[in-house]
Amino acid sequence: MSLKLKALTKSIWVYHMSTGSCNNCDIEILDLLTPRFDVERFGITLVGSIRHADAILVTGALNLKTIPRIKNIYDQAPKPCFVIAIGACACGQGIFAKGPNTPEPVDSILPVDAYIPGCPPKPEAMIAAIVKLIEKLRGKK
Amino acid sequence: MEEVSSIMKDLFSFLIFPGFIFTAAIGLVASWIDRKVTARVQWRVGPPWYQPLADLVKLSIKEITIPKNASKAVFLSAPLFGLSAAVLAATFIWQANIQAGSSGFTGDTVVVLYLLTLPAIALMLGSSASGNPLASLGVSREIKLMLAYELPFIISITVPIIKSSGLLRVTDLIAFQAMNGVFVSNVSGILAIIVAIFCMQAKLGLVPFDMAEAETEIMGGIYIEYSGILLAVLKLTKTIMMVALPVFLTSIFWGGFSAWKYVILLVVIILMRNTNPRVRIDQAIRFFWYRMTSLAIIAVLLAMLGF
Repeated sequence: MSLKLKALTKSIWVYHMSTGSCNNCDIEILDLLTPRFDVERFGITLVGSIRHADAILVTGALNLKTIPRIKNIYDQAPKPCFVIAIGACACGQGIFAKGPNTPEPVDSILPVDAYIPGCPPKPEAMIAAIVKLIEKLRGKK
Repeated sequence: MEEVSSIMKDLFSFLIFPGFIFTAAIGLVASWIDRKVTARVQWRVGPPWYQPLADLVKLSIKEITIPKNASKAVFLSAPLFGLSAAVLAATFIWQANIQAGSSGFTGDTVVVLYLLTLPAIALMLGSSASGNPLASLGVSREIKLMLAYELPFIISITVPIIKSSGLLRVTDLIAFQAMNGVFVSNVSGILAIIVAIFCMQAKLGLVPFDMAEAETEIMGGIYIEYSGILLAVLKLTKTIMMVALPVFLTSIFWGGFSAWKYVILLVVIILMRNTNPRVRIDQAIRFFWYRMTSLAIIAVLLAMLGF
């Protein structure tokens, strides 16, 4: 494994994008930064600007207002940039599957690298997903 | 031939020891200590020792994005401009500590003061060239903050110059303190270094004076449009300033660099950053112009009276 890939897996900066979620997944994401889970141990930090991000955490069922915005956000991100869908709504629209203003799931718009189901998913599940993402990155090489 | 060798020597001291590589290595360790102590204060474990280096390497493989409305040349060159100014300042300060009595030139304290201001100016130029509204908000805050902290900082730096009756070389100041005792053993020196420590916190852009960056409020402010290796250069500039400023303060107030003095100043910075919330820009200006400037003027008057 090359040094650069190792550095990438050791320092993943995440950007949090809520596309109209009920805030439950967002609170669970913030749990990851608390002393109990402390993902900064693995170099994962939350950043404010998409230009600094290595991974976009998408929560919520995409609606008509947020679809152009999330496309815009993804285009602004410096590549390589990963997309992680968090929660039942982002993975497969959840209870909004037949909603009139929620036409598409996240993975029909962005290339999703990891899915974390749950309503909301536990912080342990998110850590497991990040570990799987890192393993996938290493396997690619 | 002699000229070539002296140029090579200068290049070596600028790029390797005690300039860029040496200072950056110390700065990376210092910023790891910062993050680790912050984590321990918050009852967390904190990142491993190589974390700042991993961040830099990772940023260097990322794509550089340039905003559509940006003024490209300024946007791309400003971080390098700031980094070279910070490295030059660090080199001058280290040289004065390593080769006591033989290095420097008359007035290099003033030159170092100018060089320590340049990274902030370069950052302002670069981020106002990005064309982002939040970046311009951050720039306006940074300009106001700089106007606020430069005045008390320069007044407090005049205290050692007055006490040594007009020495302007850093090496001379260190030698003077070796002969006559350090300046922080006097009342005026203590007041001046307190003012200088607060100004150092603002120069480094750390909490409580990080309103120009304000990640939770204006999403990174002055750093918002920078990505990839340009962001890495900006982070590196900040870590180098984290070495240069405390070493500068120990040189002119505290009788020259030593490891424990540097660690004490670093711990003061870290604890100040962890025990305070971010202040508003008007509060910061009031703090620096009224409280810190009066304190610095009192220190100057005491120094003139010989205390």
